[in-house]
Amino acid sequence: MPSEITLTVNGVAVSVSAGATVAIAMAVAGQACRNSVTGEARGPLCGIGICFECRVAINGRAHCRSCQIVCQPSMDVRTDE
Amino acid sequence: MQSATYDVVIIGSGIVGAACADEFTRRGMKVAIVERAVVGGGATAAGMGHIVVMDDSEAQFALTRYSQQLWQALRTELSDDVEYEQCGTIWVASDEEEMAEVLRKHEYYGERAVPTEVLDAKALHSFEPNLRSGMAGGLLVPEDVVIYPPCAARFLVERAQKRGAVIDLGRSIQEIGLRQVRFSDGSVLQADKIVNAAGAWAAELTPGVEIKKRKGHLVITDRYPGFLRHQLVELGYLKSAHSVTSDSVAFNVQPRRTGQILIGSSRQYGAEHKEVDRDILTHMLQRAQEYMPGIGPMSAVRTWTGFRAATTDKLPLIGPWPGDASLFLATGHEGLGITTSLATAKILVDQITGVKPEIPIEPYLPSRTAKESAHA
Amino acid sequence: MSNESEKKFDVLVVGGGPAGLAAAARAAECGVRVGIVDDNPTLGGQIWRESLEAGESTDVVKWSGLLSSSAVTKLCGMRIFDRPEPGLLLGEEASELRELRYAKLILATGARERFLPFPGWTLPNVMGAGGLQAMVKAGLPIRGKRVIVAGTGPLLLAVAAYLLKRGATIQTICEQTSWTSLTRFGAAIVAYPRKIAQTLQLQRELAGIPFEANAWTVAAHGRRQLESVTISRHGRMESFACDYLACGFHLVPNVELPLLIGCQISGGFVQVDDMQRTSVEGVFCAGEPTSIGGVEQALVEGQIAGLAAAGESTKARSMFGKRRRAKRFARLLDRIFQLRSELKHLSAEETMVCRCEDVAYSRLQAHTSWRTAKLETRCGMGPCQGRVCGPATEFLFGWSPDSVRPPIFPARIESLATNAAHTNEAAENAMSGGTA
Repeated sequence: MPSEITLTVNGVAVSVSAGATVAIAMAVAGQACRNSVTGEARGPLCGIGICFECRVAINGRAHCRSCQIVCQPSMDVRTDE
Repeated sequence: MQSATYDVVIIGSGIVGAACADEFTRRGMKVAIVERAVVGGGATAAGMGHIVVMDDSEAQFALTRYSQQLWQALRTELSDDVEYEQCGTIWVASDEEEMAEVLRKHEYYGERAVPTEVLDAKALHSFEPNLRSGMAGGLLVPEDVVIYPPCAARFLVERAQKRGAVIDLGRSIQEIGLRQVRFSDGSVLQADKIVNAAGAWAAELTPGVEIKKRKGHLVITDRYPGFLRHQLVELGYLKSAHSVTSDSVAFNVQPRRTGQILIGSSRQYGAEHKEVDRDILTHMLQRAQEYMPGIGPMSAVRTWTGFRAATTDKLPLIGPWPGDASLFLATGHEGLGITTSLATAKILVDQITGVKPEIPIEPYLPSRTAKESAHA
Repeated sequence: MSNESEKKFDVLVVGGGPAGLAAAARAAECGVRVGIVDDNPTLGGQIWRESLEAGESTDVVKWSGLLSSSAVTKLCGMRIFDRPEPGLLLGEEASELRELRYAKLILATGARERFLPFPGWTLPNVMGAGGLQAMVKAGLPIRGKRVIVAGTGPLLLAVAAYLLKRGATIQTICEQTSWTSLTRFGAAIVAYPRKIAQTLQLQRELAGIPFEANAWTVAAHGRRQLESVTISRHGRMESFACDYLACGFHLVPNVELPLLIGCQISGGFVQVDDMQRTSVEGVFCAGEPTSIGGVEQALVEGQIAGLAAAGESTKARSMFGKRRRAKRFARLLDRIFQLRSELKHLSAEETMVCRCEDVAYSRLQAHTSWRTAKLETRCGMGPCQGRVCGPATEFLFGWSPDSVRPPIFPARIESLATNAAHTNEAAENAMSGGTA
């Protein structure tokens, strides 16, 4: 098991420690997870899958709660435009 | 409030009661609205919020088309939270038999100056790429609209209030009739006229009114902007709405302005409890997935139920209740309450004020059912 | 569907925190077939997790160990969204629907933080206290970052100590309750020897970190993310530039699944008898959903529930004394960490209260009930299903939440479309959408 995982966030490669969640990859990439209904940048609030602020699209599936998903190599993570 | 006499007391502030309040006050009458729960509750809060023309019968067409045009005229005045969206409806034909129905509707609406467009399979797919392949085609009705009904009801009630209508919230009624609304706490409102716009509960207030609750289920997804552009309805919907005895589901989806997908529809007779019936829900969603496989992986955020007010002949009850000169009905709109609310109010107030209504009112008169039961 | 989840469990535990771990381990000792399900990638729970890396031998480490070596089936990364009929739970795991069948059910669904709105609270890097802790546990780099910890409850100190150990710079800890309350808390702690030890330990760890009572966050500032925080303390406003604000107002119990099942709820908590039985036959509840009481309460209630569910009432009874003490502590917590009224008036007109639907404070003020607010503004209709804005509006406006419908967490349409209950085929035949 590699100690570092590389995945892409909005097309840019990001490296995190093995076991880190996708929310961490977003933080390391310096990106907010989503834009709210009125366009505010948002990131994780609760950290435990309750608040839904950490949602991103992972491998084409929208609305994934990134704080509960462990990074896998070559994951393609995207935020809304 | 208790010692005054109102020109009209309207029972219920769902979309129909709200529209009536708006129209009565517009014509200068002193109005009270009695609402036991919330403005825009009941089926108004639960339903799909579509404004559609329907051609089940001439009477249904006349009422829906008239009312749709009233909504069109109102659109610029509506507040933004009413979310008036002219997304149009596409009636989807899955085979050649349903395509024949498409052609029939096209001709029917064409004769009545309702613009529609026949879509072949290719055109349908370009309009709605997320419909599964293999559909025969469809009928686009571009003037159909989607709104957010609770805010529409509130908008209409507020307009009525600006003209002096008062609203009594949170009390339950013991009985209505003979120029009185009697509350459970014993107090009484006097009124020249009383309008029963209590929807699925109309028969509880006016015994003998033949209204049955027709339960529906809905599911709303998270936001998937661009997935769906028009309201989509399967032509089998008509078979479902036609059935008067059995439970049924039909494919009916709607894009909300938020990008959420609203998924229906179901009809059940005899179900009185509000809880979600999982059997019905699963069938409804299976049906929806058959038409749009792409909704399978979507995140469903909420499910809920509501009760439509269904009559025996699929037309609403709008007009005087025989045997009580003060009592009128504006109820029984089944799945067309939002659509026909404005026209309901117009023709009801026309009847009461002696103005000639824009459309013939005989098909909607409550006396039609009373006559039948008198002969039973 | 995996073989594991096709088995019927004698005892199924929902929630992998201290209460669930203790319940599952105890039940397994009795020789019955046990499963434990949790929506996080690993077991251990949320808020009160002790630090495993610190090498301390804590209760939770012990119970995790007991569980690892047991025959309990561990179902992680699975989120329960419905209970369509007694004896059947439906869950989602990655892209799959799971059916979990059971004879006895133990609900150990824990608690979540209470969030209250204030200007700027929606900025990225403003998180819950437990929220920031959870993120750091999940790998968020925190060394050298400036953090303010604020809100209310014993969680603040635990979080501050945890973050400090990982190299964060804790600028200040702001507890909104009064010094009087805290002094009372300190005095009452003497009755709980373990708590004294923990408190002293925390005091040592946090020596030198400014700690204030009667202090709370007034606003967070920043453009795309948090840049500074304004605090009210000593009766004055003070501003701090910082990287993270960890702000949470104690805990609210996760009672959605108990509500869905029909368990009796009182004062927001699940009612249980002395064997941790709820009002629903065969359904037990342990830990925070019965009262917010922390690890000790969770462990003792979990053990009682696990033993009782496995039929070992006598062994369960032997723990009643321990539970009494734990419940006293829970009541103490509740008394001490009451929310002050200033917190109701922090929001500006445009402060978002419902974050899912971006409903601002000014739009909600006009309404008199959760129901009308929801209908008119869509507050609470988003994917969090009111878990964030519900407790907030309950405090701000006194609104009571609605009843609960499935799915109790957002679930895929295809999961909801699977007729797992296998009811009669006649009903299926009667339903027709009408193909030609």
